[in-house]
Amino acid sequence: MTKVNRRVALKVVGTTLGAGAFAQAMAPLREWARDLSLDEFLQRHYRELDKEEMERVLRRLEEETAAEYGRDVHIRDVRPMEDVQFGYALNLSVCIGCRRCAEACHEENNHDRATNNSYIRVLEMDQGSFDLEQGNATYDHEVPAPGKYYLPVQCQQCDNPPCVDVCPVQATWKESDGIVVVDYNWCIGCRYCEAACPYHARRFNWHKPELAPEDINPDQAYLSNRIRPAGVVEKCTFCLHRTREGRLPACLEACPTGARVFGNLLDPDSEIRWVLENKRVFVLKEELGTRPRFFYFFDE
Amino acid sequence: MGSSHAATYPRFLWQLFKLGFEGTWRFYAWMTVLTAVALVGANAWAHQVVEGMGLTGMSDHVSWGLYIANFTFGVGLAAGAVMMVIPAYLYDDHEMHSVVLIGEMLAIAAISLCLAFVLADLGRPDRFWHLLPGLGRFNWPISMLTWDVIVLNGYLLLNLHITGYLLYMRFLGRKPAKRWYLPFVFLSIFWAVSIHTVTAFLYSGLGGRPFWNSALLAPRFIASAFITGPAFVILLLQVVRRYSDFHIGDGPLRTLASVLRVTVLLNLFMLGSELFTAFYTGGAHATAAKYLFFGSHGKHGLVPWIWSAVAFNVASALLLHLPASRTSKLVLNVACALAFVGVWIEKGMGLIVPGFVPSTLHELVEYAPSLTEWRVTAGIWALCLMILTVSIKVALPVLSGRLGLQGTAPARSPAHPNPTRAIPPTEPAERSAAPVAE
Repeated sequence: MTKVNRRVALKVVGTTLGAGAFAQAMAPLREWARDLSLDEFLQRHYRELDKEEMERVLRRLEEETAAEYGRDVHIRDVRPMEDVQFGYALNLSVCIGCRRCAEACHEENNHDRATNNSYIRVLEMDQGSFDLEQGNATYDHEVPAPGKYYLPVQCQQCDNPPCVDVCPVQATWKESDGIVVVDYNWCIGCRYCEAACPYHARRFNWHKPELAPEDINPDQAYLSNRIRPAGVVEKCTFCLHRTREGRLPACLEACPTGARVFGNLLDPDSEIRWVLENKRVFVLKEELGTRPRFFYFFDE
Repeated sequence: MGSSHAATYPRFLWQLFKLGFEGTWRFYAWMTVLTAVALVGANAWAHQVVEGMGLTGMSDHVSWGLYIANFTFGVGLAAGAVMMVIPAYLYDDHEMHSVVLIGEMLAIAAISLCLAFVLADLGRPDRFWHLLPGLGRFNWPISMLTWDVIVLNGYLLLNLHITGYLLYMRFLGRKPAKRWYLPFVFLSIFWAVSIHTVTAFLYSGLGGRPFWNSALLAPRFIASAFITGPAFVILLLQVVRRYSDFHIGDGPLRTLASVLRVTVLLNLFMLGSELFTAFYTGGAHATAAKYLFFGSHGKHGLVPWIWSAVAFNVASALLLHLPASRTSKLVLNVACALAFVGVWIEKGMGLIVPGFVPSTLHELVEYAPSLTEWRVTAGIWALCLMILTVSIKVALPVLSGRLGLQGTAPARSPAHPNPTRAIPPTEPAERSAAPVAE
């Protein structure tokens, strides 16, 4: 063999080996790509889907849930009601920190069972202090503990939401009734919104959620509690699949002390309006200019 | 203008492509090692895509980590290359002019690195097309991330055009037309500043993250970019000089070292200003700084990182101001390596991670990169070095005139790569090696 020929042969062998090794390295993607249907890959943004397309998407998602989780669920597209602006208030004087709200959220919203995820975090705070740094979100003892009060925090549904501003693909937006939602089929998983949120309200699906069929809440909506895919961001939606149909959020129904008040800010006879007009309410991190729709108050 | 570009341009690309597979045993060994590391990274990434981002060390508390840290650093590296363009084109430094294309190719490799790290950080890389203007829904001008997509890709295209055009003209043996590259060169100077400014704005625009929410962040990013760029190029030019017959004088090294002497001090000064404001005032801005430098509530994960960065940066500043840094390449090279690593830590583990610790509800959750993250990171760096190696390797014979349309070399070039210098540094002929006619 001449020197030139040997060189060519070596190059051919080298290139073949390299290409083979590359295919081998990327092999895990093959299975993943098989599970990704073309319809899912090409699906348009929520706000670009017409009624018929939405219907097809919902049926496809139901089929996927049945196949992957072994449970027949009903997924609806629940739209905002006219003349409704939702608001939420929480009475810190009566909250005892039992975390029933967080648990109800966990079940209602089909959260991953393995991580015990919830959209609500309850901070145990020292009486006489509002220093979040002294708060403790991982307390594990009988409540209410002496000398403590409790501060549940969830999405504040800001009127000036930094999470919406930063999203590079408009996968998250504020709906006409004030609820900030995520299109889980449009989110690219960059987590910029998670960095931007000042309230630790957003969660990322680090793994595919784990749920036993009997644990699944089958009453689901596209923008709220349907089981989220891996790799996307999710958040509290004020249980829009309930509240947009006149029911109350799951966290409120679970509260044993009546600390939570939810309603339509445009309705002058609503309890939420009474609280805002008669209590000295405040919002978290007002100085950031996020204008939350979630209010806190003490009884005296 | 006789021959049509439709015929010569493919030939130009084909020649470069062929050249990318030719080399000494050192070249093959180097590329084999890089390929192996890149494949390990590719495999780790494939697993991450399939099994989920849970394979990383990130959490809902620290939701960005090593990938975004490297992305941020890479933007600085790309922007830093402009420190060769400014002397070459604005100050008419002819020696710099002859090597400026190496800086522009570094910019190309570094931007590729940034884009790869962004892709690695996405939870849904399959939805990448949602980011494409026209196809997806591009949240411009509100989202700073869309600005970053524009400026990074714009910078990539600018540098691809400038290097591609100049090399092609050199290949044809023609004098490049100023209007086809000079406006782009000047645009690239402003553009280089913009890429790092926009990247800083990604973080400094977040009101909920006091550690980042500082007007000094963009100036700090620029200063540190002008450390990493020159430091890397000083080392790179010596490597190129050692392993090719392309002539590189000491002039560019001296110029870049002068830049470095200023920027290392500027960077330390701005770090000091940040620390003064944080610790003298206290409050929210200081909690992250306190955790970073001293640990808090019994957690000290970042303390060794940041003090290493400070030690490296201070040591490089001291070395660069020793007279020996002008005479001894060893001192200069050690200073450059220290500065490079120091800034890498400072802008990564020392800046991205503490932005999340404590979290917005003041929970102190620590972060350490997982093995998957280290593998992917090493793989992306290897890929970037492959791009850099091959692009410099194929460009040099064109630049020195050895590879051209005529196929044969001008008389002064040797037929084979020669490890010794072909042209002594003082010979006036060296100016003809410049890619651009003056």
